[in-house]
Amino acid sequence: MAAMRGWHRYSSIHRPSPAGMVLSYLLLGGWAIVVLFPLYWLAITSLKTPIQVNAGPFYIPFRDFQPTLESWRYIIVDLGADTFRPYLNTVVVGLTSTTITVLLGSMAAYGLVRMRYRVRLGAIACFIGALAVAVAERALGNDDIAFWMISQRMLPPVAAVIPIYILFQQLGLLDTWGALIIAYVAAHLPIVVWLMRDYFHSIPLELEESAAVDGASPYRVFRSIVLPLAVPGLVATFLFVLVFAWNEYLLALFLTSANAQTMPLTVAAQNATRGPQWWYMSVLIMIMIIPVIAMAIVLERFIARGLLVGAVKG
Amino acid sequence: MKNSSLTMHSEASVRSVPLVLAWRRPLAARLDRHPGAVFILPAVLVILAFSIFPLLASLYVSLTRLSFAEGGVELKFVGLDNYLKLLVGIDRTHFLGVTPGLTVASAIVLAVIYAGLGFLLVRYIRGPALTAVGLVGRLLVALVAGAFAWLLVSTLLTTGRPGTLVVTIIYVTVDVAVQYLLALGLALLVVQRLPGRRFFRVVFLLPMMITPVGVAYLFRMLTDTSKGPLYPLWNHFGLSDVSWVTNPWGARLAVMIGDIWQWTPFIFIVLLAALESVPEELLEAGVVDGANRWQLFKSITFPAILPATTTVVLIRIIEAFKIVDLPNVLTNGGPGTATESLTLHAYTIWRALDIGGSAAVAYMLVFVVTFVGISYVNLFRRRVAAMA
Repeated sequence: MAAMRGWHRYSSIHRPSPAGMVLSYLLLGGWAIVVLFPLYWLAITSLKTPIQVNAGPFYIPFRDFQPTLESWRYIIVDLGADTFRPYLNTVVVGLTSTTITVLLGSMAAYGLVRMRYRVRLGAIACFIGALAVAVAERALGNDDIAFWMISQRMLPPVAAVIPIYILFQQLGLLDTWGALIIAYVAAHLPIVVWLMRDYFHSIPLELEESAAVDGASPYRVFRSIVLPLAVPGLVATFLFVLVFAWNEYLLALFLTSANAQTMPLTVAAQNATRGPQWWYMSVLIMIMIIPVIAMAIVLERFIARGLLVGAVKG
Repeated sequence: MKNSSLTMHSEASVRSVPLVLAWRRPLAARLDRHPGAVFILPAVLVILAFSIFPLLASLYVSLTRLSFAEGGVELKFVGLDNYLKLLVGIDRTHFLGVTPGLTVASAIVLAVIYAGLGFLLVRYIRGPALTAVGLVGRLLVALVAGAFAWLLVSTLLTTGRPGTLVVTIIYVTVDVAVQYLLALGLALLVVQRLPGRRFFRVVFLLPMMITPVGVAYLFRMLTDTSKGPLYPLWNHFGLSDVSWVTNPWGARLAVMIGDIWQWTPFIFIVLLAALESVPEELLEAGVVDGANRWQLFKSITFPAILPATTTVVLIRIIEAFKIVDLPNVLTNGGPGTATESLTLHAYTIWRALDIGGSAAVAYMLVFVVTFVGISYVNLFRRRVAAMA
């Protein structure tokens, strides 16, 4: 039903002419091949024996080479717990940290969009990290807080890992889910704040104002009006942050060892002394992306739905 | 403060609020009075505790020589030595590159760039929006941009060779520009009402979902000239025995293609979400007024997605500066240091246990990104925000 209505509304503008349609499909198909071919290569590599991989390029299973599930069997059955454990870690850490990040991040983003903050210069002592401060002698406003947050992403992780390692060592959290979750929340908060700011900006102020007039507290306005309207943005942001947390390598390398190790480490570990074990690596990458792809397929509808269009001008 | 919450408390009990809830009143009331703090403090505190501390600690480490003594580490303060080593000392060729004198052609290019910067400055000074802070800021930007221009010209357009700083700048510029154009084109195509568009939307997201280390290994497989899928192509040109890895620009190109492949989806999805929220009525009104497609895009669609554009480009610029997995796995930084990015530079020094030097490289990166970020926000993003 919703799709039908959407179709009707968009019909006059977004339906291309026949020639435009052919051209669009050609371009889209071309990029789809660029995207899919490397993944196809990954999939067939996971079905090859080491000898087949090393003997040169074989393209089509059954015609060029006899596929085998040997690598899949080795990773899933023979290694069993050694694959399952990192997998569980990745799922738990990814979902937990992403949920917390999106929640805290959108709260901060909403605050930055709808409320006025004035950070007194006296407080700047705590904000030396705000590399942006040097510019100004004025009081700092919302934009400066936002920039300070994003500036946290500027230091390459390789330089920050040692202090972070020592910090978590002191907290006694090394090699636990907690360490990774906290580290990822801190690392990804700025991205959430920045992305959600734009989405909140585009929500019409009138809706919030009328709710406030009706006596709703800011928290209630946020929970019952702003968040539902920002669902497309929230979903897109959730997906990003999940992908980042799911795939993060360097922090995991330092903060975990046996217990809380995550999948990216398992993938990298396939580059053994005998050279990269392409076949195992391919299997691992495949089982890593399958759930994320499933999630993207499910959530895509939300990203696509132009909820705001109806709310603003409807 | 105490008083008022007490009054509220007593008022509440006059209105016969159930006793069980009464103890929660002061806290709830206090929260209600400071919604701003409640919204922003959790995020600020997490970042303060887990980002600021490492940031400051690294800054200090970059001023020291760190050695592993028995039962811990030993920090010896050396001042700016680590930085000087990069700018004028033994690591200069690694970091900045080899800079022989300018040739005639490169001097002309540089002169043109400087003339352009000068023109922009003069236009600003003559303009109506002149302020002291703005002028100082722009002078500073012009100065640093001029220095970067000199470095780029004198390592790339002469017989010299670029260091890790220049290589990283090349990566960021080319990657983000190409990613943005590709992503915008794809988003505009997918926003059309085409049957099967959902398929493309999901497919286009896929590269982003693979762990960067995995992408790096994947591209190592793909670019192998004797066992990779492009073998027939290499063979046709008689290149199957040569490795593109030995050619600096070939190797850089491979790294950039990998990065573009992986991160175009990021910009794509943000632009797509922005395009989806452009009010249809505006476009329809444009059509009624007789605007063609290009005019619609230029005066309605593009301004509407500009805020999202500037944000996503800033995020990509910052992330692109930290590129490390691809050059590390694909080329190991080689040939020589031709594909080495700043982060990889920091990582190699770090593996050699020069922790202080590594932190100094990382902080150089921070300085560059901060400069680029601040200039970008002030010269570009603020203007866009004012327009919207």
